[in-house]
Amino acid sequence: MTRLILGPFNRVEGDLEVQLEVADGRVAEARVKAPMYRGFEVVLQGRDPMDAMTIAPRICGICSVSQSVAAAKALADASGVVVPANGVHATNLMLACENLADHLTHFYVFFMPDFTREVYAQRPWFGEAERRFAAVVGGGPGNGLHNRAALAARARWLELMGALGGKWPHTGAILPGGTSRAIESTERVRLLTRLREMRAFLEATLFGCALEELAALHSLADLHAWRMRAAGSDLALFLDIADDADLAQLGAGPGRYLSYGAYLQPNASHALAQGVWDAATQQRLALDASQISEDLHHAWYAQNSGTQPLHPTDGLTQPDPDKAGAYTWNKAPRLAGQVVETGAIARQLVDGQPLIRDACTLYGGTVLTRVLARLVELARILPMMEQWLMALQPNEPFHQVQAMPEQAQGAGLSEAARGALGHWLRIDKGRIAHYQIVAPTSWNFSPRDAAGTPGALEMALVGAPLDAASTDGPGTSVAVQHIVRSFDPCMVCTVH
Amino acid sequence: MTFNVLWLQSGGCGGCTMSLLCADTPDLPGLLRDNGINLLGHPALSLKGGADHIGLLQDCVHGRVRLDALCVEGAMLRGPHGSGRFHLLAGTEVAMIDWVRQLAAVARHVVAIGACAAWGGITASGFNPTEACGLQYEDALKGGLLGAHFRALGGLPVINIAGCPTHPGWVTDSLMALAAGLLTEADLDPLGRPRFYADQLVHHGCTRNEYYEYKASAAKPSDLGCTMENMGCKGTQAHADCNTRLWNGYGSCTRGGYACISCTEPGFQHPGHPFHLTPKLAGIPIGLPTDMPKAWFVALASLSKSATPKRVKQNAHSDHVVLPPVPRKTGLR
Repeated sequence: MTRLILGPFNRVEGDLEVQLEVADGRVAEARVKAPMYRGFEVVLQGRDPMDAMTIAPRICGICSVSQSVAAAKALADASGVVVPANGVHATNLMLACENLADHLTHFYVFFMPDFTREVYAQRPWFGEAERRFAAVVGGGPGNGLHNRAALAARARWLELMGALGGKWPHTGAILPGGTSRAIESTERVRLLTRLREMRAFLEATLFGCALEELAALHSLADLHAWRMRAAGSDLALFLDIADDADLAQLGAGPGRYLSYGAYLQPNASHALAQGVWDAATQQRLALDASQISEDLHHAWYAQNSGTQPLHPTDGLTQPDPDKAGAYTWNKAPRLAGQVVETGAIARQLVDGQPLIRDACTLYGGTVLTRVLARLVELARILPMMEQWLMALQPNEPFHQVQAMPEQAQGAGLSEAARGALGHWLRIDKGRIAHYQIVAPTSWNFSPRDAAGTPGALEMALVGAPLDAASTDGPGTSVAVQHIVRSFDPCMVCTVH
Repeated sequence: MTFNVLWLQSGGCGGCTMSLLCADTPDLPGLLRDNGINLLGHPALSLKGGADHIGLLQDCVHGRVRLDALCVEGAMLRGPHGSGRFHLLAGTEVAMIDWVRQLAAVARHVVAIGACAAWGGITASGFNPTEACGLQYEDALKGGLLGAHFRALGGLPVINIAGCPTHPGWVTDSLMALAAGLLTEADLDPLGRPRFYADQLVHHGCTRNEYYEYKASAAKPSDLGCTMENMGCKGTQAHADCNTRLWNGYGSCTRGGYACISCTEPGFQHPGHPFHLTPKLAGIPIGLPTDMPKAWFVALASLSKSATPKRVKQNAHSDHVVLPPVPRKTGLR
């Protein structure tokens, strides 16, 4: 066996290192290392509870709204405030705006440029991939045309955040009691134009068809028939490349998927259901959030006094950079002791989206199905946003005032673009006494636990082939690049 | 000749890059290229990583690649105990602060992208567990990672494009000015911030100015009134052009209904009071508008409060306009 150390990975959010043990040209073992510590949980202690609304979004520059929503939910849980319907819709519009922007950024800026690497230079689709998807840096003029168009569409799209939240990232408009920026009826029309512009981009460039047509695909057979109709779209080109590069078989995860439920509605239902999808039994199980724990065995944190991993309501964050056997600044979250995968694929599986269920039944959670789930989600959520925008009731309140209690406890579970995000806090004498965060990539890029069970990415990397041409060099693997990026990792959240 | 830019990220959230991608242009890569700016490497945007990326850093350090501007996003994590081990650059086992020291020594210009890289920022909150600081400042204290007397090879101190996040226009305008040789020491304010945005106040162009004039103050979130008196707004003191340049099309913090927390100023992360509440002494806000004598502020505030039109007073406490301005029959004179 030889050891390979890969990193830094560009085109992921934050810094990442992956250590591989390689045998017979394939990955035999993987360890995922988050090489930075930031300390947000400890600096929140002692602050006024509302300060979390300024500090928490700054955990992450790419899922800042998601952090705001989780913090606001935790504080709302602690205070018991009931958010007015307009506040719910406005919050969901901001969250969806960010999540869709992230999916778009992932596909065009982070994921697809890997198919313009030299290793693929002889493939028949290479020239077209370069023309459309060459990286923003290093792609050369005349190339990456669709990436550049996607960036422009994204910037325009985030003007929704300018209106609803003042700016992005790091809005202060999301609050436990709703939102601070009421939208008037005439303004709503202006916002609708932004939704229409993004719809036009997605339909013309990414899908080559109406969003509703894509979202209604029920099976892989449907998808293959659709490909014939939408040849020339970026999704169709991706599927061609995926066939050629065997992405359907690459990077299988643990087969258990977690979603906290996305876009809570005024009637307390979720637009995308909450639960756990167990691929082995094809069952959707109820979420029991009391079964969440974080194992510290292989993380650079001092072990708690007990032997059992703690639930985040009791979890501790005490850095110990010299700890023996540790290899990352990420803790190991587990649900009832088990490794789970989270993200768009989990949301779509739990929610029962037929195409993603069908694709995962055949292939499992792999590079192909993760990417496909994100794109299906884009097509499903934008029409919902149009409905939420129209559901705003002009002159009705967006925010409800409620004082923060002196003593309280709260949990905020939400879905970021990358999956399940939870904040757990306790208020004591009017100050934050305890704050723990479990981010989506904490789940997906988890290290081993006490039993030595690897995390989701660590499992997914096993079996990945090295590049054929790399026998003379230090060893490279474009397959590893695809698998890592198929999770759309956010390392800055992970090392909060 | 192209202007070579290397972009690094350390103790931060990556939000300044995400903000940069919101630049108000139909083609950001084209905008940079057309101004002669060549991004050598960027953690979120480069095709190649790993050994290629590390090789690029070494090429710059050893002078094989000319480095015109080193852009650093995120705070410098000196902990634990000055070792920098809270961020070892992936694949290198070398502390990011050591990479930055080496690269800053060979760069013609060194640019701090955002509040964390400038002063430590939000990363230096609380008891600063990561020993975070900025490139040339620790909060308002000169020094930071590179030292108070640091000058890049081009002669300038670190250029602090502070903000949390920083505005995409501040970054593109600064890089374009540097590439064109148009940014001199006279164009930086005493904190090293480009004057084109730091010689403004957030208050300038604030849509709540009529409420400010009459001290018709918001009492709760979503109120339309001025947020200075009660809600923690520092827009009358914070140096930035947020309300004339605008964010994401037509936004700003005050337009989003919440306080300016003066995120372009050193030390904004620990204001000594909850962000959302204005600290007061005997009912008077402690933080008075820039350049305004206290006696005059108190006198004018009490006078304008008594002169507040009913329309302004009522709208200030609503989330939408309940009393619109009355149309005048005789035209405006």
